[in-house]
Amino acid sequence: MLNRRNPQLNAHGELIHLLSIEGLPREVLHHILDTAGTFLSVNDREVKKVPLLRGKSVFNLFFENSTRTRTTFEIAAKRLSADVINLDIAKSSASKGESLLDTIANLSAMHADMFVVRHSESGAPYLIAQHCAAHVHVVNAGDGRHAHPTQGLLDMYTIRHYKKDFTQLSVAIVGDIVHSRVARSDIHALTTLGVPEIRAVGPKTLVPSDLREMGVRVCHDMAEGIRGADVIIMLRLQNERMSGAMLPSAAEFSRIYGLTPDKLALAKPDAIVMHPGPINRGVEIDSAVADGTHSVILPQVTFGIAVRMAVMSIISGNDA
Amino acid sequence: MSTLTLDAEALYTELRSGVRGLWRADMAMLGIWSGGAWLAERLHADLGLPGKPGVISSALHRDDFSARGMGHGTDATKIPFSVDGTHLLLVDDVLFTGRTIRAVLNELFDFGRPASVTLAVLVDRGGRELPIQAAFAAAKVTLPSDQRLSLTRVTEGPDEGRFTFSLRGGQ
Repeated sequence: MLNRRNPQLNAHGELIHLLSIEGLPREVLHHILDTAGTFLSVNDREVKKVPLLRGKSVFNLFFENSTRTRTTFEIAAKRLSADVINLDIAKSSASKGESLLDTIANLSAMHADMFVVRHSESGAPYLIAQHCAAHVHVVNAGDGRHAHPTQGLLDMYTIRHYKKDFTQLSVAIVGDIVHSRVARSDIHALTTLGVPEIRAVGPKTLVPSDLREMGVRVCHDMAEGIRGADVIIMLRLQNERMSGAMLPSAAEFSRIYGLTPDKLALAKPDAIVMHPGPINRGVEIDSAVADGTHSVILPQVTFGIAVRMAVMSIISGNDA
Repeated sequence: MSTLTLDAEALYTELRSGVRGLWRADMAMLGIWSGGAWLAERLHADLGLPGKPGVISSALHRDDFSARGMGHGTDATKIPFSVDGTHLLLVDDVLFTGRTIRAVLNELFDFGRPASVTLAVLVDRGGRELPIQAAFAAAKVTLPSDQRLSLTRVTEGPDEGRFTFSLRGGQ
């Protein structure tokens, strides 16, 4: 992608697709977060719906299962008055041998205006964005190990909500970072927004060493990793992506890297604890922490809807 | 250069007397973001009304969304009172095509069903494209349709808080 125009932006630098946080200017991120703030209040109204996407069709294309993410996109699109079509591709055309681009061509013939794409292959949403009609917008809802930009943005919204200013923070991302597209998106977003200290905490097998090149401090020691942190982002141990002996056992991982009240006490007294969900209680996070006063895991879910509304309304208002 | 001179402060004084005439005890005030919100804030203080006026934004109901997209403003509707069954006085700086008022009315009804809505504006510049009228306008002017008239507020210095007009575009 070197020296090529960012495919997410049009000639005026406006967002037309959301594929990755990497390469997006700080102003674009702030515009999304500001807009999300406006939408957050829509949820408190008598009529929880605004007509910005009225008459538009949003297709949720989930080549990989994720009920929760799909549901939040569906709620966001419906609150914007779009018609939402959910396609469980994993169980249909792909299994009959249809290629990705043929699937997209067929759905485009059904007059789709937006595709929300979840795919196990990194880069699939880029391929779709490059081949769909000019009026169609694409949102990456998670591709392989590459990116999960709306999760990254909702994490940024959450941090900004509780901490106000990004430029004084220490943020620790803990756990299975190597498999985590959330971690990658968070790191790009935190860097763009000016967070001075980002720490990646976990065992050597789950923390890629090339993170150092992105300006991230890699810590294999949990105490060192979370000491003095303002924000702790716990990641789910992704058993379904774990192949080979990357870990001795979940129990051992939990003992060393699971967030317990004792370990949390090392962070700043007003630290917040985040998690993209679904949480594995007793594995990466102790119930006392997940349900405790530092936890902002449920507000993250609420903010996620507003952030997805912001992304969808911004991209659909900008022409290619 | 336009030779039009509009004294925003003098017009504000007119608007204040107009609003005093329209006001009734069971009313609540709503200013349209941003110019109307500034006016409502000052009217509320000058008329010695209790509580705070509401702010209402047209952003989520605009009819030019597909052409203009989401704006970069931080305008968000904040209504600190119940809309249901309330008589409302809606305040804006400039009334032109009426499209902003249409969008604002739609926004308003997402919060409930007001008993009535009355509109008061600083300037009515004609050029209506919808059947919408103000109950009070401090001035009526005619401007070329490609000119953009809006209220601005001095943000610092000895004149802080004073109103002026900004006129852009046109010949």
